[in-house]
Amino acid sequence: MKELSIHREEKFDFAHLFNYSEKINGNISPYLKDVRLAAADSFSKTGFPGKEDEKYEYLSVESLFEFNYNYRFIPEIIHFNIKHVFNCDIPTLKTHMIFLLNGFYYGGAQQLSELPGGIIYGSMMKAMEDKPDIFRQYFSRSTEMGNDGLVNLNTALARDGFFIYVPDNTVLDKPIQVVNLILTNKELMIQPRNLVILGENAHIKLVICDHALSKKKSFTNSVTETFVGQNSRYDFTLIQNEHNDSSHINYHFINQEKGSRVDTNSISLHGGIIRNNHYVKLNGKGSENYSNGLYLTDKDQTIDNFIFVDHAFSNCRSEQLYKGVLDDRANGTFSGRILVRRDAQLTEAFQRNNNILLTEEARMNTKPQLEIYADDVKCSHGATVGQIDEEAMFYLQSRGISEKNARLMMMYGFAHEVINRIHIDALKDGIAELVYKRLRGELAKCDNCAIISS
Amino acid sequence: MLSIKNLFATIDGKEILKGIDLKVQPGEVHAIMGPNGSGKSTLASVLVGRDLVKVTKGEVTYKGVDLLKLSPEERSLAGIFLGFQYPIEIPGVSMVNFMKTAVNEHRKTKGLDPLSAGDFLKMMRERKNLVEIDSALTNRSVNEGFSGGEKKKNEIFQMAMLEPELSILDETDSGLDIDALKIVANGVNRLKTSKNATIVITHYQRLLDYIIPDKVHVLYNGKIVKSGGKELALELEEKGYEWIKKEIN
Repeated sequence: MKELSIHREEKFDFAHLFNYSEKINGNISPYLKDVRLAAADSFSKTGFPGKEDEKYEYLSVESLFEFNYNYRFIPEIIHFNIKHVFNCDIPTLKTHMIFLLNGFYYGGAQQLSELPGGIIYGSMMKAMEDKPDIFRQYFSRSTEMGNDGLVNLNTALARDGFFIYVPDNTVLDKPIQVVNLILTNKELMIQPRNLVILGENAHIKLVICDHALSKKKSFTNSVTETFVGQNSRYDFTLIQNEHNDSSHINYHFINQEKGSRVDTNSISLHGGIIRNNHYVKLNGKGSENYSNGLYLTDKDQTIDNFIFVDHAFSNCRSEQLYKGVLDDRANGTFSGRILVRRDAQLTEAFQRNNNILLTEEARMNTKPQLEIYADDVKCSHGATVGQIDEEAMFYLQSRGISEKNARLMMMYGFAHEVINRIHIDALKDGIAELVYKRLRGELAKCDNCAIISS
Repeated sequence: MLSIKNLFATIDGKEILKGIDLKVQPGEVHAIMGPNGSGKSTLASVLVGRDLVKVTKGEVTYKGVDLLKLSPEERSLAGIFLGFQYPIEIPGVSMVNFMKTAVNEHRKTKGLDPLSAGDFLKMMRERKNLVEIDSALTNRSVNEGFSGGEKKKNEIFQMAMLEPELSILDETDSGLDIDALKIVANGVNRLKTSKNATIVITHYQRLLDYIIPDKVHVLYNGKIVKSGGKELALELEEKGYEWIKKEIN
């Protein structure tokens, strides 16, 4: 039995799933084994997060499991030429590229590659076997992880994903790009698990592209842990471009040491249900985090962004800018919780969430939460939900621009503030073009991705 | 070119225009003056097609076409331009992209190919010089963070880019210091030809020292109550609007 189906009833009989994974997990280290067992145990007690969990107020996780997905512990062998199914839409972007196919590393025998300066990148599964010490130090060490049933499910069962290790004083010349492809002729659930570690004074840029190439229903439950050492810089861009039948719950736990700076841009172009859980721990004095998000949704899509920023040390700064356009019957949520602990004096924390609803039926829930226990801080938050400014529309039209183009310009102008925060020029231009096409209704997939109908 | 006959219009059910008659020929500059609330801006709004104003009676023809049937963008493409009294800030929409789209829409209407990026930038540079607008302003979002004077200069710059046949300048002088006023007026005068016409809407005579009108109309209580040559503006300045009110009542 190399695959099985996962259903919500499994939560009541979770042990057999875990035991099954144990059999094929083979020789994992004792530490990993303990962590997985604990997560499995925790999951079997809590199950999936339910409506009573405030973090999931607007999203029914349980309903995602009402469907029978296929689930695999080892990769399915699929014969295809990657060049025939995937061409990056941003060809001017030069990167070190990794593919994950249905959650498993896809790239032949060389499962871990080394770059000048000692940077290692490639398969998580391989790294688990080869680098037990690193895993002992970092794997599943992010705080807040243990409280979420879906994270525990991932910790207990996930087998592969991407792994990046950047030693001290290393700067990577060009970005690493991870392309997550879903290619299947069966309804599929996948659970990639990723780990990114930056030492001190290091700098890398990472670009993640999520694509679902098959029209089959899919459900992704992915977890990424990122550790950013002292005075390091980490630039992260996520492009989510799946389809209306894909559900994607994604966790990113970012742990920042003293003087580090992290910039993340989450661009959600397309997906049936997208839930991004973005956890930031400012775990050292003077660290800075800039989290930006843009979501463009229509039809019956759901986008749910959950942010938690934990200011644990003084002199840190965090900013969130999340903007979205919701069309048709789309449903959006933004929850942004900022915690400023008692000792986190001289904190600066700013949050903004702006939304445009294009129809009467589109809905947006926005919930900023500031929790401040220090007294010398500068914090603010603001949220707006509105329509396109008709005065501005008239101004554009009065110069001869059609209503349709004026509306497009307004939406693009609204989105631009987020796009402008991307630090890789070729990527910024590419995303600007993708966003423009998406707003024009021309984008079903990144342009050059051929769709395999299976 | 423009003919307004017995025009009545309301805003939120309140009658603002109560029977306007006006004819404008190519090459002419008309000034419309009047006290606050007389209906000057409402008249401008009717001409450019703001939907908050409802025309209840009368007709407006522009170059033989029923203007009231055209959408705001069709009016622009037909050659009508409004210099806004309060130009709006549009964050995120770049001046360059805005003007490029607008200019190319106009070119398309005339059966011309879109301008290349190079030609467009050259055109921007030339027209910027004409209105003495700061180069950096056009690299920003539309009107975002512009001072009052810069916004008005930007209106004249857009006018220079779109080369309208009929320009309506709504209180372009309000909020301008004398230097900015001269620059704006200078821009308008340079764009003047024998084929285009301008309607200058103003409260004060001051602007008309720099833009010399062929005809001056006084709008009061929704009607043009007096028309004359440029000397009418001076007389108004001297005697004040009370003089007109008395004369009518």
